[in-house]
Amino acid sequence: MSEVPGLDTVAQATDSPDTPQPYAELGMARDEYERVREILGRRPTAAELAIYSVMWSEHCSYKSSKVHLRQFGEKAPENDALLVGMGENAGVVDVGDGRAVTFKIESHNSPSFVEPHQGAATGVGGIVRDILTMGARPVAVMDALRFGPADADDTKRVLPGVTSGISFYGNCLGLPNIGGEIGFDQSYLGNPLVNALCVGVLKHGDIKLAQAPGPGNKVVLFGSTTGPDGIGGASVLASASFDEESESKRPSVQVGDPFMEKLLIECSLELYAEDMVVGIQDLGAAGVSCATTELAAGGTGGMNIQLDRVPLRDHRLTPEEILMSESQERMMAIVEPAKMDAFLAVCDKWSILAAEIGEVTEVTPEEAERGGRLVMTWHGETVVDMPPRTASDEGPVYERPYARPASQDALQADDAARLARPEGDAELREQILKVLGAPGVGDPSWVTRQYDSYVRGDTVVSAPHDSGMIRISDDSDRGVALATDGNGRFTRLDPYTGTQLAYAEAFRNVSATGARPLAVTNCLNFGSPEDPGVMWQFAETTRGLADACQQLGTPVTGGNVSFYNQTGDVAINPTPVIGVLGVIDDVNKRLRSGFDTEGARVFLLGGTRAEFGGSAWADVVHGHLGGLPPQVDLAAEAALGEVLAASAEQGLAVAAHDLSDGGLAVALAESALRGRRGLRVEVDGDAFTALFSESGARALVAVGPGEEEAFTALAARHGVPVARIGSVGGESLSVTHPGGSVEIGLDELRTAYEAALPALMDGV
Amino acid sequence: MTARVGVVTFPGSLDDKDAARAVSLAGAEPVALWHADADLKGVDAVVLPGGFSYGDYLRCGAIARFAPLMSELVPAARSGDLPVLGICNGFQILCESHLLPGALTRNSSLRFVNRDQVLRMENTRTAWTNDYTGGQEVLVVLKSGEGSYVADEETLDRLEAEDRVIARYVGGNPNGSRRDIAGITNEHGNVVGLMPHPEHAVEALTGPSTEGLGFFTSILGHLKAGAPAHA
Repeated sequence: MSEVPGLDTVAQATDSPDTPQPYAELGMARDEYERVREILGRRPTAAELAIYSVMWSEHCSYKSSKVHLRQFGEKAPENDALLVGMGENAGVVDVGDGRAVTFKIESHNSPSFVEPHQGAATGVGGIVRDILTMGARPVAVMDALRFGPADADDTKRVLPGVTSGISFYGNCLGLPNIGGEIGFDQSYLGNPLVNALCVGVLKHGDIKLAQAPGPGNKVVLFGSTTGPDGIGGASVLASASFDEESESKRPSVQVGDPFMEKLLIECSLELYAEDMVVGIQDLGAAGVSCATTELAAGGTGGMNIQLDRVPLRDHRLTPEEILMSESQERMMAIVEPAKMDAFLAVCDKWSILAAEIGEVTEVTPEEAERGGRLVMTWHGETVVDMPPRTASDEGPVYERPYARPASQDALQADDAARLARPEGDAELREQILKVLGAPGVGDPSWVTRQYDSYVRGDTVVSAPHDSGMIRISDDSDRGVALATDGNGRFTRLDPYTGTQLAYAEAFRNVSATGARPLAVTNCLNFGSPEDPGVMWQFAETTRGLADACQQLGTPVTGGNVSFYNQTGDVAINPTPVIGVLGVIDDVNKRLRSGFDTEGARVFLLGGTRAEFGGSAWADVVHGHLGGLPPQVDLAAEAALGEVLAASAEQGLAVAAHDLSDGGLAVALAESALRGRRGLRVEVDGDAFTALFSESGARALVAVGPGEEEAFTALAARHGVPVARIGSVGGESLSVTHPGGSVEIGLDELRTAYEAALPALMDGV
Repeated sequence: MTARVGVVTFPGSLDDKDAARAVSLAGAEPVALWHADADLKGVDAVVLPGGFSYGDYLRCGAIARFAPLMSELVPAARSGDLPVLGICNGFQILCESHLLPGALTRNSSLRFVNRDQVLRMENTRTAWTNDYTGGQEVLVVLKSGEGSYVADEETLDRLEAEDRVIARYVGGNPNGSRRDIAGITNEHGNVVGLMPHPEHAVEALTGPSTEGLGFFTSILGHLKAGAPAHA
């Protein structure tokens, strides 16, 4: 018997093989539990069961997605800029001058539904620690959000809470929020999406990895104390669908302390600068379980941990609760014994609690063969003795069945071309205003105004422009641009094409600021992987993204999968959010989307087809989703991107704006409003198609007087269709077409654009 | 000799790097000061930057006032000798330290507000505003959750009578501040508290204007003149 009452030790587990264990309650399948018994050659202890159950959860193990995600590596284009690829906490990309950036997007969907403010706040905190763990200084955040209909009661609970959570946490950390996107759809009502992105900057030599080399090195836990909050939080919440029980899961949402995280950032960066850590891992989902197994697996394979040395905020916690706690703002470092005193002194300077909880050990060749050896004790008694690699790297892998749903044919046959189009200029005008003002298309500043976009003083472009851009340091003119996009309506109609359209839009958004796209991150938000129809959407999505990245030479550097975004058997629209990162050599040449240069010529790049399936127009005017999404032409996207980047570089363009939701009509209105100048344009052919089609590979460019010829020649050289459609000036948006004309004053346009969210959220 | 302007970092300071950049762009030498050191390093002036010192726990600025550095700073500032500019959280710290009257409370919207903000300069004879002209409108950045300036009517009347309001919000009150007050000074004109952020309007590339630079060039002019400031 154990000296500690109720403690389940390894010796006890060996002696009592038939003790029933709550593996099902911990979300484990029977055969998974059997496999643990096989690995250990006995039943697991309560602590070991805790480790395996969280590490093998869908959220941590990617067991349903792994076989599909492999394509990102297999089809990865050759790219010399990629310094660290998939598999680490975040990918690292070379941006020149010995500097690199690391970036990643991650979901915090389920916690944000259960408790919007804390759920979203800790989503920001988690992704920031991932970036910090790579050795980088986090320099900016972005977020991609999806909610139920803007006028739904629950959206009025979730949206303000999510916004205040992101605002609270990001602002207190001193990280500028440089953009993102927001969308609304019935399918997200019970399953809102909160995807947070962070980007960090580092020097090539500063890259840190999750590893624990060197027997005798110390294992140090630093940052917040460990409490009962978030036990099984992200990993368990994100690994099952919502049901009536979900309300009772509120305590499993973690609580964030951004002040502690700010100190942790500064403390960690000082530790890195003084070369005091040999390995580092943040504590996110699965807390100590994840950090210890991953560090050990990435090192010698051996580690001894004294769990009773973990600083607690509640002394009643059991070993298994400590292992599963997802308390925020914690990091684990591997430190050489000779540097321990200096390490602790830096922590002390930042008032950061640090505790040595164990050390790296040697393993025998036999132990290495089994997956290493991680031993944990609790007041001297052994409660864990397992091969760590079996938890971190060798979890279950499922080939989930997938099949195109029978209903897909009917959905695609329901062509948007049959929808009633506006008759006459009065109705056309009315529909322009209606689409422009729709939540998700219109002004997001009710949300973005709550975020600090200026802090650190390196923000060159931020919301509401096409992408966010930051200068990587004050002593350099180099910058990185980032955009996230994802259109669940397009992906619902055709997941393969829809995903490529999301990628193409993010690519275009980055190009429209004058940067050249370099690398990709992704957050794949789906329903239950146990539904073959959802799994088909997922398979098509990963295939679509891998193919697109291969074709345009931008590797996927990392990302995140979020399954089980469904309530009952109703799944969300499949929503891959694609983040594209680009580089610009000289941030002074960046383009913004406001057309503010009086007299500048307005050009439309790209060709327009009659494509309305999944469009904003079909949704806003008709509440319709059917047909096929616009075609994708990746070669055309690449050519367009090159024309945009080159016209910024050569100073031909003074502003640019990509065309996406709401087509030319919305792009014109936004460029006019953001530039505070009118636009006079003339379109050929059918005005409705010209204004509302959502064909890809298109952008609006304002070209300085005298540069028209050079610009037209540049477009021609790259084979991009180009048409001069008007000029900047006046007090209204005026569109002339063969059958008539539409004119809307800037004030009326602004009122329509800005009214929706304040009216819905504040009742004004 | 170049003026040396200290920028204090408290745990949770966020705009310290930006304040130092603004000091450099104005032509002075920024000197990093650490909250836990009771040492002003012989600087000529000090900026208390924006952020969330000590996590804004208890009340914004309430804990920072007890930092070891403040034990050196407060007497020097109170006597009129040491010019101090408190921006945003720095303004809150100055109020908590009783170097300036009144307090900053939650915005009337109850939400954080980030926007480009026009100010009308009022008293332009202080150590930190002498490069502006009275009535001049300047575009800077406002970003704060607890930016609503409040004081009792008597204090507000006194501030107005003594010409100690240095800037007011123009184009709509963004946070419920009494009498549209964006910034005030002490009776000597050496201590200035300002809720908006001039240090984020010093480069055309990253700010809404470069009109915030005047606060930082003002201190250079003030130090060069060698004369004590007058309110």
